[in-house]
Amino acid sequence: MPSSYYTKDHEYIRVEGDTGIVGISDYAQEQLGDVVFVELPAKGAKIGKGEQAAVVESVKAASEVYAPVTGEVLDINGALEGEPGKVNQEPAGDGWFFKLKITDSRQLEGLMDENAYAAYLKTLG
Amino acid sequence: MRYLPITPDDRTLMLARIGVAGIDALFADVPGDKLMHGLPQLPLRKSELEVERLLSRMAAKNMPASSVPFFVGAGAYKHHVPASVDHLIQRSEFLTSYTPYQPEITQGTLQMLFEFQTQVANLTGMEVANASMYDGSTGCAEAVLMSHRLTKRKKAVLSGGLHPHYAEVVRTISHMASDEVSTLPPDVQASEDLLAQIDETISCVVVQSPDVFGNLRDLKPIADKCHAHGALLIAVFTEAVALGIVESPGAMGADIVVGEGQSIGNPLTFGGPYVGLFATRQKYVRQMPGRLAGQTRDAQGKRGFVLTLSTREQHIRREKATSNICTNSGLCALAFSIHMTLLGENGLRKLALVNHANAVMLADMLAASGIEVLNKTFFNEFTIRVKGEAAAVVEKLAGEGLLAGVPVSRLLPGAGCDDLLIVANTEVNTDEDRAALVAALKGAK
Amino acid sequence: MLNNQGRPTTPAAANESAPRPHKTFTGNRGLQQEEALLFETGRPDVSGVDIDEPQPFISRLGALERATPLDLPGFSEPEAVRHYVRLSQKNYSIDAGLYPLGSCTMKHNPRLNEKTARLPGFADIHPLQPQSTIQGALELIGELERWLIELTGMHSVAMSPKAGAHGEACGMMAIKAAIEARGEGKTRNVVIVPDSAHGTNPATAALIGYSVRAVPAREDGTVSAQAVRAALGPDVAAIMLTNPNTCGLFEKEIVEIAKAVHDAGGYFYCDGANFNAIMGKVRPGDLGIDAMHINLHKTFSTPHGGGGPGAGPVVMSRALSPFVPLPVFSTSASSSAIIENAVELAGSAQHPFGRMTAFHGQMGMYVRALTYMLSHGADGLKQAAEDAVLNANYVRACLADVMSLPFGNRPCMHEALFDDKWLKDTGVTTLDFAKAMIDEGYHPMTMYFPLVVHGAMLIEPTESESLASLDLFIMTLRDLAFSAKRGETERFTQAPQLAPRQRLDETLAARKPVLRWTKPEAISEAAE
Repeated sequence: MPSSYYTKDHEYIRVEGDTGIVGISDYAQEQLGDVVFVELPAKGAKIGKGEQAAVVESVKAASEVYAPVTGEVLDINGALEGEPGKVNQEPAGDGWFFKLKITDSRQLEGLMDENAYAAYLKTLG
Repeated sequence: MRYLPITPDDRTLMLARIGVAGIDALFADVPGDKLMHGLPQLPLRKSELEVERLLSRMAAKNMPASSVPFFVGAGAYKHHVPASVDHLIQRSEFLTSYTPYQPEITQGTLQMLFEFQTQVANLTGMEVANASMYDGSTGCAEAVLMSHRLTKRKKAVLSGGLHPHYAEVVRTISHMASDEVSTLPPDVQASEDLLAQIDETISCVVVQSPDVFGNLRDLKPIADKCHAHGALLIAVFTEAVALGIVESPGAMGADIVVGEGQSIGNPLTFGGPYVGLFATRQKYVRQMPGRLAGQTRDAQGKRGFVLTLSTREQHIRREKATSNICTNSGLCALAFSIHMTLLGENGLRKLALVNHANAVMLADMLAASGIEVLNKTFFNEFTIRVKGEAAAVVEKLAGEGLLAGVPVSRLLPGAGCDDLLIVANTEVNTDEDRAALVAALKGAK
Repeated sequence: MLNNQGRPTTPAAANESAPRPHKTFTGNRGLQQEEALLFETGRPDVSGVDIDEPQPFISRLGALERATPLDLPGFSEPEAVRHYVRLSQKNYSIDAGLYPLGSCTMKHNPRLNEKTARLPGFADIHPLQPQSTIQGALELIGELERWLIELTGMHSVAMSPKAGAHGEACGMMAIKAAIEARGEGKTRNVVIVPDSAHGTNPATAALIGYSVRAVPAREDGTVSAQAVRAALGPDVAAIMLTNPNTCGLFEKEIVEIAKAVHDAGGYFYCDGANFNAIMGKVRPGDLGIDAMHINLHKTFSTPHGGGGPGAGPVVMSRALSPFVPLPVFSTSASSSAIIENAVELAGSAQHPFGRMTAFHGQMGMYVRALTYMLSHGADGLKQAAEDAVLNANYVRACLADVMSLPFGNRPCMHEALFDDKWLKDTGVTTLDFAKAMIDEGYHPMTMYFPLVVHGAMLIEPTESESLASLDLFIMTLRDLAFSAKRGETERFTQAPQLAPRQRLDETLAARKPVLRWTKPEAISEAAE
């Protein structure tokens, strides 16, 4: 069973037990360019699948980050406030956005795994 | 036509190069019957001499402030502007430049805006200011919208001392956006109980000081109660010179300060263009509307300035932008900034002091001749009670070559204030002007 | 007596192998002078304005006297003048060169406009003076209204909006008020906006509580009536369309679109930013438009001033005319009036929706715009539109073989839109190309707008350029284009080299915003 899933909006969720770590994909950070600001959800907030959870801004673009699955925000990556560049440097590592306690793990089935996402990216040209 | 450099011969040559037979071939996408072939029903071109003559005739039908004893204020003020201000803003490089989208070749505008933002922040006692709004009234409406975004509430409370035009601009946009507004009744003597209006449901209280009737307001208790209830205090001013000697709204706890900057550096011009000043706390900057100049470095490490945090703005965020503002009041902001630079701390303090001294002198003269001055406190403007209707008195005195002030009924018709007159007195008024006003009001029935 | 012995009168022959200009002691480079911030050089006790302290008097400030310092630097007049003159020398301007910013209409700003706007009868009158003392101002506004209405074929005009986006808000509020008056305020809450629209359009719709429904542009850069029809429904309040559009094209199905929108019970808002292309040629009123703002600072040459002030009067159809904001001007030959309060209109057909701004709008801009109109006359305005279109098409025709046109080599209106296909595999981007134009002494064109075209370059030369000026501009762009295709990448990626600043770090500015000057010691304290 894969541990990382992706959405068509380029969020990823890395599953560790019943916790999901959410961020944006390497492709997304490259499209955005230098990230200058990240607005994170409040700890304890309950967010539904597909609802806006965060905002990521580069110099020339702003985009919403949606929750890949429903859950409660367990933790946020406060380090991004001072160093938003981490999103560019290590989107899958230190550049994570927030951790979710996953309400219903069956929602993961509707997402893409690594291979499906790689194939999806190819269709975007 | 003196402004069109292309000659008939050029046109022939250019059409040939483009490969079309005539100019209307370039308008081929216009639906057939919609292209006009004649001329609009308007006069033909005129020489400079003719145009200047026409406009001068229109201008001569107006009564300029400097031609008579002049006491009109209520949101726009007659001050002396140093000659160098108008000279400098007419330099081609300021006057005929666009919004600084290419920072490498617009450092003049960008550095000026950075300096303007700092001057406005210091004057208002706030941490950051933007690069200007259209004017004080639209800035006030934008501040209310910003407070809604910050508090996630949708109800504003407007003081009865807020300029009625400002209140109406706020009510208009609020109605359109389905937000709630509660406007207190006209408050001539600053006696309203704003504290009673503050609770957990409101996003902001909007208070003007000096208010439209000239009264100064202590913002501290209002700010404290707002903060205790999660609401914001929006402080408004229409006379920027007052801040030279009156405590800054920032020092009294305001969260957003908006004001009209016209009275520093800008002429009256019948109400516009003016310049809206907008300042707030650093922590709210990402919800602030309008352009912002910020400091950075160039590829060689030299200090330079750019427009920044533009993800708040319409060209990136589109329907999610903080505001739809694009063009602002750049040149009026420049005039403001130059005048502030010429004044400096010492000059602004003395200018404000002279304004206040002149107004105190006039208030004392009026009181001594039996005319009631309603204000306990004021800066350079106050409200008096006249015999009969103030509007009629003003009209009569205008006929005699004196502009006495603004009748409250002009701003608040039907509010029962028909005998009240708002009188402004700045550094331009002389002892003779004041004597003329007192004599005229004593004589007016 | 002249004593110029030994003073050479011709420069020594340039030494080709001499190094580039050395690093100077001051950091200045001849006429290009570095200038510190006001706050680094000013002194609080110096002033460029002589004011005497008043005689002692009893203050009436209550307990609200200022206790906190202002921290404002002061300067003598010569110091202040030098500061601003040096700053000005770091700016590009239309007076100094061609300014081809698409959708901005950077045309010549006649100085007569500045002179008339400064007549004391216009510049030195207060908005709340008795109306009997400002009859000339009302006459001028009435005359400007007449010109705007005649040029657009509309029914009335709301004068007070202060810029284009403010005019958009005004027009959309009038539409909302009209819909509320019909009792459909609750059900019609969608505004149709094409993808190619300027960002102010969706921002304006959202500002007044509408949600936005996007319609895509066609392959040819225009909006089809069919796509609009598909987006229409009983929930639609209005469409916001720019014509000529942001791709520099006339919306050829505009009449059909207007009819479809009206049939569905909606209104047609037109963004008039590009009116310069059609003034005196096409009347928006004849196309079925209900409201359109006019950027006086674009089409009618009131100067841009580094980002304003502008003015955005809104012309309205008969259907929307009852719903204009206050104030309303009533002008006649004998006597004119401003109607400032809704009570004065009670019982009339007018139902003002409120107020856009304090006072009456941008009088200073009205004077300039009317001066411009009177100077041109009906004949000159029509000629200006034709020349603007001619100049843009000449640029397009002369560059079509080296740069790529997204919608084919066909006539455009007053601006020519190129994309970045022709730069493919050169290692040069639209941004690089634009920055290289700076080294050649030109302000770049509008870049990366409209969003519907990849790497967009939108060139609007305006009618103010002579044929010689256009030819030099075209030759310059051709030279740059060939250079890019030859692989001379550094000329672009390292540009600009010759401007007051090289490329600026926008990421740093946004990541660590410094939005005001702060005393250096305060910075070090904060760091501790």
